[in-house]
Amino acid sequence: MEKRVTFRGWLLPLVLIAPQVVISLVFFFYPAGQAIWQSLFIPDPFGLSSQYVGLGNFEFLLNDKFYRAAFGTTAIFSILVTLCSMIPALFLAVIADRLIKGSGVYRTMLIWPYAVAPAVAGVLWLFMFNTRVGVISWYLGQLGYDWNHVLNGGEAMGLVVVASAWGRISYNFLFFFAALQAVPRSVIEAAAIDGARFWRRFWTIVLPLLSPTTFFLLVVNVVYSFFETFGVIHTITGGGPQQSTTILVYKVFSDGFVGQDLGSSSAQSVILLVVVGLLTIIQFKFIEKRVHY
Amino acid sequence: MKRTLLGALAVSTFLSPIAAAAQTEVQFWHAFTGRLGELVKAQVADFNASQSDYVVVESHKGNYSETLNAGIAAFRAGEQPHILMVFEVGTATMMAAEGAVRPVYEVMGESGATFDPDAYIGAVKGYYTSTDGDMLSLPFNSSTPVLWVNRDAMAAAGVDPDTDLSTWQNVGAVLDQLKAGGEDCPLVTAWQSWIHLENLSAYHDVPFASQDNGFAGLDTELMLNGEAQVAHLTAMGEWARDGKFIYTGRRNEGGANFRAGECALFTESSAGYAGIKSEAEFEFDVRPLPYWEGVGNSPQNTIIGGASLWVMSGHEADEYKGAGEFLSYLSSSDVQAKWHQDTGYLPITTEAGEATRASGFYDANPGTDIAVIQMTAKEPTANSKGLRLGSFDQIRGIIDEELEGIWSGDKTAQEAMDSAKERGDALLRRFETANN
Repeated sequence: MEKRVTFRGWLLPLVLIAPQVVISLVFFFYPAGQAIWQSLFIPDPFGLSSQYVGLGNFEFLLNDKFYRAAFGTTAIFSILVTLCSMIPALFLAVIADRLIKGSGVYRTMLIWPYAVAPAVAGVLWLFMFNTRVGVISWYLGQLGYDWNHVLNGGEAMGLVVVASAWGRISYNFLFFFAALQAVPRSVIEAAAIDGARFWRRFWTIVLPLLSPTTFFLLVVNVVYSFFETFGVIHTITGGGPQQSTTILVYKVFSDGFVGQDLGSSSAQSVILLVVVGLLTIIQFKFIEKRVHY
Repeated sequence: MKRTLLGALAVSTFLSPIAAAAQTEVQFWHAFTGRLGELVKAQVADFNASQSDYVVVESHKGNYSETLNAGIAAFRAGEQPHILMVFEVGTATMMAAEGAVRPVYEVMGESGATFDPDAYIGAVKGYYTSTDGDMLSLPFNSSTPVLWVNRDAMAAAGVDPDTDLSTWQNVGAVLDQLKAGGEDCPLVTAWQSWIHLENLSAYHDVPFASQDNGFAGLDTELMLNGEAQVAHLTAMGEWARDGKFIYTGRRNEGGANFRAGECALFTESSAGYAGIKSEAEFEFDVRPLPYWEGVGNSPQNTIIGGASLWVMSGHEADEYKGAGEFLSYLSSSDVQAKWHQDTGYLPITTEAGEATRASGFYDANPGTDIAVIQMTAKEPTANSKGLRLGSFDQIRGIIDEELEGIWSGDKTAQEAMDSAKERGDALLRRFETANN
């Protein structure tokens, strides 16, 4: 039977939720409302005057084939970043979980990259792959491969994905590692006695038991690749070559804060708000059903 | 002991606001680092030492785009500096923002310092002057593209370093020889849109945009997909494919390659001089920017790049006096002549140019006057006065993308420039709407 603790009256509960409500209003609803309002205008950069254009900003955006292409780029980028940060993290966590001695050292070392800010990570990777002085691009040159992410869109995409996923592996590792520790030993031992080998146990017992963590990380990583990777993109490619690494959020940033086109930038934020809202609904409606708590 | 300490504290607390009030502070935001940053710091320190009424405080705010954006963001927040450095690309944006800036001719005139608009070199001043002939911002660092030659690399590849490189036809032949002579990086460039499109158009006297390149009105459209531009970019695209032109990036990344001695020819601003002179461990010389023989009215004149100083509105009268004094100091003949000789930027006043010539600097440093000659040899036409396009920073971004399409072989020059025109025009229309 479900147990419920209820408050008497209205005042105390209202006071208790007030801080959260205020924070949401000030930091979420107010800016979101402003973005919607601003998306109806084309202001000049200094904020001295603005022209009402109705839905003109949206029309302008949807007629721009590079903006439409940015949706595809964002999808590819997010999927790759999520996969490249979750799969290695899970693998490392499983290995570290089997360690008997020295797991603390490995754990610390693996968590280290998380402390590096995205923009700094971007610069680090940029140095390694710099077409002129980069160590890795030099080795690739020795192997006969001419690395040039400045002109080659595929290479540029690969580089920003790796740079974005790299620091994220640590974060995911931490969660997977903690979740693995929580898998009941008795279940695994029982399976072992029944003759199931390591990978069999992993696929049929451990992975399903990890599903709440995996789902949580999936949501968090998709949000990360949508919103927090623009530092990496800004430092490595600036969205190029030919917009092949321009994801939606980067375009909001570059049109708004580099191009000073705040009308278009606001309209893009509104579109993004809708996209992320839809994605979250999809994730919770369809994927969460398959998660066992 | 304790008492004296307290006493000293009390006295210093009383004194400090008085000391601060005696000197009026003038904020100056700029985009210079490295050697140029040091030279700007020195100019500011000299000005502060030369008088006691004002203190100019300089701050570095990132690259050109970042500095402009910092200024705009600060204006929106009411925290704008007195003087903001804006690169030539941001000129139309600043000119359209009438309530945000104060014209320099006004500020310098009110400061009591003498302001003579005729003292400034026409080709430089024209870029920053309103249609009524009023100077709106003070040209600070202006340069024009030239061709830098690594003489050692030429000799190593078996090419006579004194070969005539005045036309692209000749350069094309030399690139073949360099490649055949084993040179891995025959040609590299900085600022591709500025040099290979904007200056190319002016130099051949063909329009880059309608309405006199935007000087005559906001209803301007790009015309960079013309015959002359497409022919040049087609040739460059072929050189890129054959490994004779090496693409390194959108800004001046190629400078590192050239200064390290890895490349033979380098198209870069005349202001590359400071860096090349201090770092290059090889024989180099400066040549005029090449032109295509027989295309348009070449060689016309090239146009400037660089930045000017804008005075922002919303400050106190005595602070404007200080800003005016500082700007007058910067345009004084001695300061300008030194700046020109140290950096390779053009002198902004005729007097500073003459002083430099009289001092024998050009004789001692051959080639340093090439930029000046190239800019001032002919009376500018409507196509070679400069460019005044809104959202030009973004349009340059678009042009960069399309040029990358040519270098990688994804697009022909015609396709790329048609697309650049279409995308750029859309932004020009938005700018027109925002500023009507």
